[in-house]
Amino acid sequence: MARFPLLTATVPRHPAPRRECPSPLSADAFIEIDHVSFGYDASRTILNDVSLRFERGKVTAILGGSGCGKTTLLRLIGGVHPVSRGRVVFDGETVDAADQAQLYRLRRRLGLLFQFGALFTDLSVFDNVAFPLREHTDLDEALVRDIVLMKLNAVGLRGAAGLRIAEVSGGMARRIALARAIALDPELIMYDEPFAGLDPISMGVAANLIRKLNDSTEATSVVVSHDVQECFAICDYAYLLSQGRVVAHGEPAQLNASQQPEVRQFIRGEPDGPVRFHYPAPPLAEDLGIAP
Amino acid sequence: MTDALAGLGRFSLDALRALGHAAFFFVDLLRFSPAALRRFDLVVAQVHAIGNRSLLIIGASGLAVGFVLALQMYYALVTYGAAESLGLVVNLALVRELGPVVAALLFAGRAGTSLTAEIGLMKAGEQLAAMELMAIDPRARVLAPRFLGGIVAMPILALLFSTIGILGAYVVAVLLIGVDAGNFWSIMQAKVDVWRDLGNGIVKSAVFGLICTFVALYQGYECRATPEGVSQATTHTVVIASLGVLCMDFVLTALLFSTP
Repeated sequence: MARFPLLTATVPRHPAPRRECPSPLSADAFIEIDHVSFGYDASRTILNDVSLRFERGKVTAILGGSGCGKTTLLRLIGGVHPVSRGRVVFDGETVDAADQAQLYRLRRRLGLLFQFGALFTDLSVFDNVAFPLREHTDLDEALVRDIVLMKLNAVGLRGAAGLRIAEVSGGMARRIALARAIALDPELIMYDEPFAGLDPISMGVAANLIRKLNDSTEATSVVVSHDVQECFAICDYAYLLSQGRVVAHGEPAQLNASQQPEVRQFIRGEPDGPVRFHYPAPPLAEDLGIAP
Repeated sequence: MTDALAGLGRFSLDALRALGHAAFFFVDLLRFSPAALRRFDLVVAQVHAIGNRSLLIIGASGLAVGFVLALQMYYALVTYGAAESLGLVVNLALVRELGPVVAALLFAGRAGTSLTAEIGLMKAGEQLAAMELMAIDPRARVLAPRFLGGIVAMPILALLFSTIGILGAYVVAVLLIGVDAGNFWSIMQAKVDVWRDLGNGIVKSAVFGLICTFVALYQGYECRATPEGVSQATTHTVVIASLGVLCMDFVLTALLFSTP
């Protein structure tokens, strides 16, 4: 049943106060990643025995550098790839990537904001947001229109409903994709790098929006990002991934206070530390042929 | 020697695997086609889009082929005093053979490559993945309507090609050379059979439409999601679809026109 909590939604200019989150996470996990290992091929392991829990109704952030397996985790939750080891549990049900009927049933309960929007370029802004409604419901076209306009209003783009996708900026595309992801009021909203490439104003607006959407729809939100401060401002709990492993997790304040070298390096953006900036290579002088 | 044998074995296995994969893809398209037919507006939109893409080139080529065919056939027939058969020869050549085959080759080059690029870019832009994660099967929503659209559009285009070709032949034969107009049309009416000639031509072009559209969609859906991958897939579409059309043309001609 579609709910309409965003009818009067407006985007505040300042971050909404963060709700208190009990620590540690309670047993009410909506998604559980249980000792999961995964690699796109046998020679390259992306995730190595990781365990994470996303609590119902909370915003959980997954932080980590590029290529550490954050987006892969979202794909595993959506059942895009089968896990090599371990299991992904979606609201008490183990996700089986080979069972298409189960996958489609579970996917109707989630919305994913893709890193680059993944909007349908042959459709207008309005039709993009209306797409899941038209495909999955028998709603009257007048009602579809109302819902689409409410969702677009929630992301501040009601006035852009008639534009073609080629006419919108990157930041607008991300917000349209968000409106599409929440069109069916999913129970789980996953955000893949929602702040990447946004200007500071759009970034603040996007962060507020994620928090507000989560609170108003009572959904569970998973935010994958490498923008530490934006994530810490809105999330209840965070995991830090590095080289396919969970190196730390906790509330933002706990992670901020952590003395663990990986955590300190990532949060402070230091080039030197346990995580190397340079890909393994012989010394530069040797490559340039000036070695003694 | 052992390496050569191993290489041959590997090549054969890869080819068989690719063939099996394509066969499963084809079965999927057939499986999702009834559902696509139930959403007939999507199929009609694709017939319109695919047909429109090829309309101009089909029309221009049909006219040019009609001009040349009339001229060449006139030179050949007049030698034997059979110039009055010109209308029949042109008609049979176009309706039975040139219409379906040339239109299919043009269709593969125009609409086929366009379909491959469209699907390939949807894949590269994660649009197909987004659809999957919305619990919408892209094979049902995107591919099946295009598959049916191609099968329906192709015979229409072939008929247009033949019609414009015959009109072009009329212009050259009757208006420029001076062949009798009544003779040009009446021999067609008397000798061309609607079911045997026209009907079989339509069957041929529907099969060619199926081959071209299937190849185009398969190449787009299975291509690497990179600019190089999409460009390679569009080239493969033209080559494979054209060869498929030419091979199947021989088989279909042997089957459909086996009796004089």
